Amino acid sequence: MTPTFGLIHIQFLLQGAVLTLGLSLCAFIGGGLMGLGIALCRVSANPALRGVSSFYIQMVQGVPLLVIMFAGYFGLPAMGLSVSPLVAAILSMTIWVGAYLGEFWRGSIQAVPKAQWEAAECLALSRLQRMYHVIIPQAVRNATPGTVGFMVQIVKNTSLASAVGFVELTRAGQLINNSTFQPFITFSVVALVYFALCYPLSAISHKLESRLARGMRTV
Amino acid sequence: MPEMTVSQNRPDTSAGNDVVVLLRNVHKSFANLEVLKGISFEVKRGEVTVLIGPSGSGKSTALRCVDRLETISQGQIDVCGHNLTAPDLDLRKLRLDVGIVFQSYNLFPHLTVAENIMLSPRTVKKLPKQQAVELAKHCLAQVGLSEKFDSYPEQLSGGQQQRAAIARSLAMQPKVMLFDEVTSALDPQLTGEVLRVIERLADDGMTMVMVTHEMNFARRIADQVVFMHQGKVWETGPGSMLDSPATPELQAFLAHEL
Repeated sequence: MTPTFGLIHIQFLLQGAVLTLGLSLCAFIGGGLMGLGIALCRVSANPALRGVSSFYIQMVQGVPLLVIMFAGYFGLPAMGLSVSPLVAAILSMTIWVGAYLGEFWRGSIQAVPKAQWEAAECLALSRLQRMYHVIIPQAVRNATPGTVGFMVQIVKNTSLASAVGFVELTRAGQLINNSTFQPFITFSVVALVYFALCYPLSAISHKLESRLARGMRTV
Repeated sequence: MPEMTVSQNRPDTSAGNDVVVLLRNVHKSFANLEVLKGISFEVKRGEVTVLIGPSGSGKSTALRCVDRLETISQGQIDVCGHNLTAPDLDLRKLRLDVGIVFQSYNLFPHLTVAENIMLSPRTVKKLPKQQAVELAKHCLAQVGLSEKFDSYPEQLSGGQQQRAAIARSLAMQPKVMLFDEVTSALDPQLTGEVLRVIERLADDGMTMVMVTHEMNFARRIADQVVFMHQGKVWETGPGSMLDSPATPELQAFLAHEL
């Protein structure tokens, strides 16, 4: 007898949702650190650093995230490094998030007017001091709404980790559907949980955006 | 050692220690456009030099060259004992000696007025916090903005922002101050309050080079007026030169400005 969709399934989906959230968080932290490094390399005075970071961004942006996942999960073991679905997923997401946030943050840094650089330079601040005290604080302000908005993409794209067997929310839905044969109710609930995770992020992003539009200062 | 010879020769080329800024046969090109075609002038300690001339005459570029915001194509610039064309020039030491104020103020919008002023004394000169606060208060008093200590730039009028920018430069205790059309973005009333601050600085003996379109102010304050035209120094003289221009170009320029 096939079981019908019930409380036990919802509980299973919520467990998946917790893992989705966990993977999103890891991807955001790992990718954020990666992205910060990439962004700083992209605006570096060193042409080699600029070249390498630019190549990295081009590569990642030109390859589907699913393929990056497969390359991690099936490719690394072929090279003698066996990885669990979780590690493969975190690694792939970090690479992917790093490239997108890196490029976005580079834009935010370069959106700070050149006159600000000049003023800081004329006050005898070193390149590092200029970056830290003058440019980055203004770039962070520019970048915050878009970064929060991008977190929605991260949450949704963790669903691709289901393809390498990581039982997050989407994979949990698939497993339930395999036993209940009730795709409509199952994936409706899955969709609802994704929405519940993403909607607050979108709302915060929009709020930050309008606040930024009202004035430079966000105190 | 070639460097030794250069530094030993410098007092001769700059004609004594009283010359703070020296430009000799300075050329500057942007791509194929030659903006400065061999300009020369000197600024002595405690003197006010005013650069005037029509748009595109190269006066702002000349001023920016003095703070090495532009590198020159040919010629010689010495500023406070720094040879700006030397390969081993220490830019940060140059910037400690030179203060510059821009047309668009360029205050840091995420910092309060006081933080703007204290940033460089704290991070570059490693001044302790309490001393930096005292310094900021002193400099703000000098430009008449004591009550704006904790304000953000966006809460200030254009004239107040420009005075705050002047205070920020003063806090570094520069040996020479450069002013690049600092009142061009201001209406006449706000222009007046900024010019009064600059005039007080001049009275206190600050060495200054300024690019301006305020001819009456230039006449009153300048020890030396440098009239630039088509990338060349066309005419140089004391402030009174503006009452009796020698060249038809300066005559035409003054007729147009006034």
